[in-house]
Amino acid sequence: MATPNTPLWEVFIRSRNGLAHKHVGSLHASDATMALQAARDIYTRRGEGLSIWVVPSSAITASDPAEKGMMFEPAESKIYRHPTFYEVPEEVGHM
Amino acid sequence: MYTQALNTAETADRDLEDAGKATQFQARIDAEERIEPNDWMPAAYRKTLTRQISQHAHSEIVGMLPEGNWITRAPTLRRKAALLAKVQDECGHGLYLYAAAETLGTSREELVDAMLAGKAKYSSIFNYPTLTWADIGTIGWLVDGAAIMNQIPLCRCSYGPYARAMIRVCKEESFHQRQGYEIMVTLCRGSEEQKAMAQDALNRWWWPVLMMFGPPDATSQHSDTSTKWKIKRFSNDELRQKFVDATVPQAQYLGLTIPDPGMTQDADGHWRYSEIDWTEFKQVLAGNGPCNRDRMAARRKAHEEGAWVREAAAAYAAKRAQRQTAQAAE
Repeated sequence: MATPNTPLWEVFIRSRNGLAHKHVGSLHASDATMALQAARDIYTRRGEGLSIWVVPSSAITASDPAEKGMMFEPAESKIYRHPTFYEVPEEVGHM
Repeated sequence: MYTQALNTAETADRDLEDAGKATQFQARIDAEERIEPNDWMPAAYRKTLTRQISQHAHSEIVGMLPEGNWITRAPTLRRKAALLAKVQDECGHGLYLYAAAETLGTSREELVDAMLAGKAKYSSIFNYPTLTWADIGTIGWLVDGAAIMNQIPLCRCSYGPYARAMIRVCKEESFHQRQGYEIMVTLCRGSEEQKAMAQDALNRWWWPVLMMFGPPDATSQHSDTSTKWKIKRFSNDELRQKFVDATVPQAQYLGLTIPDPGMTQDADGHWRYSEIDWTEFKQVLAGNGPCNRDRMAARRKAHEEGAWVREAAAAYAAKRAQRQTAQAAE
């Protein structure tokens, strides 16, 4: 008999106080409590984290890589959003 | 290496695909871009990687068996704690790899079922027995050493999730090799019997470890496409040579003799090894190694005996979800 599928979770870990939670990978667990315990065992065996989030993978809405051109075009054409776009006289020093 | 059975070329679906997309895909690979799960990829790329990553995952999981055999018999508490941590790591590596394989569209359950059904392979090396404590030292030193040689270039593999899993694995693998070598140093500085035990383990593991790198380049069929797709960065023979060159001085330090009387050192410093017995390799891959049947039986037993745990967890989750829906409706 084929093994029934167990839900997939995405794991986010905050490594130190002040840093954001960062995606580290995914795992299978039947509920949130077991997902947290499995995340601790799989992703923090060497003190990698102070806090763990687990999120059902099905709850994530992702942008379509095929549309990335259109999706990110607004940012690409606006070089004036970057500090280097502006000229500040050298005498003024670091700004 | 952990994916030695990938010796058939994936050519079937290639002609049916959009040639334009395939060209774009190759251009991305050539530009050292990483391919991510939702990106377009040739069906053969997806199939090759699913096989390679899942075989790698199966190898990590089956690889827990030969070492697990010694946890209860480790000579000291320190050695026991270290071995237990190492075996736990192998399990973690298997899970990172299953997660990476799943991003290609096959579920972990299907991948595991394929292995239990004998349809998917794992590395030949885990079909050899661990007869003495020195085997645990030798596995850490040589088997993990060979794995590191193979896995470091995989950190730059074109498929993003596989490369990222390999980075995590490599960080942890260094501890494995060092703990193994430490066991060997201790045995070699010990009594005559202990040193003889270390030599005996090296004698038995040396050739199977060289086989881990897979068939010689001249006969390896799948290397061309894997190289073109930057899944593979070095050939089997190149990695094997690197491993031999790194290992010979380590054996000399231990005062152990590599069981290859024909081995010589070139003027350029490379150690040349004798012909490898590929008949043995083929036999082990075909299921006729010393422990193939034991390993499969142990995996199936663990899977079957764990079924009630999976069922209970699923039933509990379903009951709680049902209760929450009922409460929300009130």
